[in-house]
Amino acid sequence: MTETKPANPLSLTPATDKKNDAAHILFPFYVVSGALMAWWLISAANIFPAYALPSPGSVWKSFLEEIHSGRLLNDLIASLWRVAIGFLLSVVLGIPAGLWLGQHLRARRAVVPMLNFFRFLSPLAWIPFAILWFHIGDKPAVFLIFMASFFPLTLATMAAVANIPSIYFRVASDYHYQGIELLTKVTFPAVLPQVITALRVSYGIAWVVIVAAEMVGCQDGLGYGIWEARNGLRLDAAVCYMIVIGLMGMGIDRLLAQLSKLPNVRWGYER
Amino acid sequence: MYAGVMKDKIKTSQLILDHIHHHYGSVAVLHDLNLEVEPGEVVVLVGPSGCGKTTILNLLSGYLKPSAGSVIREGVIRTVYQQDGLYPWLTVSENILLGLRFIKDPALIKKEMEELIGLIHLEGFEQHYPHQLSGGMRQRVELARVLAGDSDILLMDEPFSALDYQTRLRMRRELIRLLEKRPRTVVFVTHDIEEAAQLADRILVLSNRPATVRKELRVHALRPRGLTDHAVIEAMKEILVELGL
Repeated sequence: MTETKPANPLSLTPATDKKNDAAHILFPFYVVSGALMAWWLISAANIFPAYALPSPGSVWKSFLEEIHSGRLLNDLIASLWRVAIGFLLSVVLGIPAGLWLGQHLRARRAVVPMLNFFRFLSPLAWIPFAILWFHIGDKPAVFLIFMASFFPLTLATMAAVANIPSIYFRVASDYHYQGIELLTKVTFPAVLPQVITALRVSYGIAWVVIVAAEMVGCQDGLGYGIWEARNGLRLDAAVCYMIVIGLMGMGIDRLLAQLSKLPNVRWGYER
Repeated sequence: MYAGVMKDKIKTSQLILDHIHHHYGSVAVLHDLNLEVEPGEVVVLVGPSGCGKTTILNLLSGYLKPSAGSVIREGVIRTVYQQDGLYPWLTVSENILLGLRFIKDPALIKKEMEELIGLIHLEGFEQHYPHQLSGGMRQRVELARVLAGDSDILLMDEPFSALDYQTRLRMRRELIRLLEKRPRTVVFVTHDIEEAAQLADRILVLSNRPATVRKELRVHALRPRGLTDHAVIEAMKEILVELGL
């Protein structure tokens, strides 16, 4: 029997590569340039007063100022640290909880309504409790980030486990996989692609929440930076912080997206 | 558990269904079914769809317990499923390793792996993932996995039915060739009477639900058998008559 080796589906042909380069780099570049141009035109036309709509130039100036003073870097590190801790807590607690719930129908039925209830509760609603329980410093912000990302991550992992095709477990029992080995060698790899997607989504929520979380009880951080700029009517600095938040969010999402390129999860995205 | 050498002879295999009755709720699926499979025999079950063929395999594998009657099984049993039985997160060789996971000696594992990959003609595809293979190649990997190591009995649940016709024909020859190299006791479920006539030592035609054996047919011709061989055509005729087609 002869069969030709299939073209590697993970790579694209050179022609498509070139086309994709244009689509991936040039087109977004045009759109961003267009938006900047529109911004510049509107601020140059003085439709809004300068304090209400800072010009690109003034934002750039305040960006340089914030960098020179070291404040921006300090705030960035503070925010990254809080999101990392809050998000990591969600991952460490949420993924095992989701794996367990996915396998236990009765527990799932018991707990899902409550998990859904909390999922639909805006994390911002917890702000007063966060302050009362954790006072000031990193803790309230970490708590809010945890509350924002734990529920969606747990629910997504649970749903993925509950939907694993039963044939995988049939095969597992044919080859005598049980207990912890079944969990690590069958259940977890079977849901990994969906867990990676859930990580990206819940990280996105965590990063969005940082701005609000740092408006209370913090003395630094990107969210605090925006709050402080508002208090000083320095919207140029606020916009500068907004841009950094957006770019960092995208950057870390790109990093998480790299996980979906692992060879043993590609099946989850290509079928 | 593992004898230490490639299994080219059947050592222990016993498979008996003794006066089996089975029902799902109030629906009776099997009625007084008796089946004894000889070591090394290829038994093919054909019957109308929904008659309980897969239930019989599930009883044989131990996945289901019969409502009444007893099942005697001895030997390591492996199942080939219709499709998607391979783990998509494992490569071809990692999937086959599942079948070798009770062998401790790394040198022996390596030797077995090379032999199995050679046997299914997939040299060069060891590191590919199932989604990068064609349907026929995937089923060949499944065959290698169930033939690996110390298996005695293969239960095959319409293993080729998801493949296109030509690939199906090719896979039948492939199975015959593999079983010649590594004889196993086989219980094969299919709705394809051609497949039954080409593969079987013994064909059991099942009745409608609740299923019982309607006709037992022995095919003595040597394998591989061509589609137009006299024995194959005769067997097909008899099955068609029994199925009322």
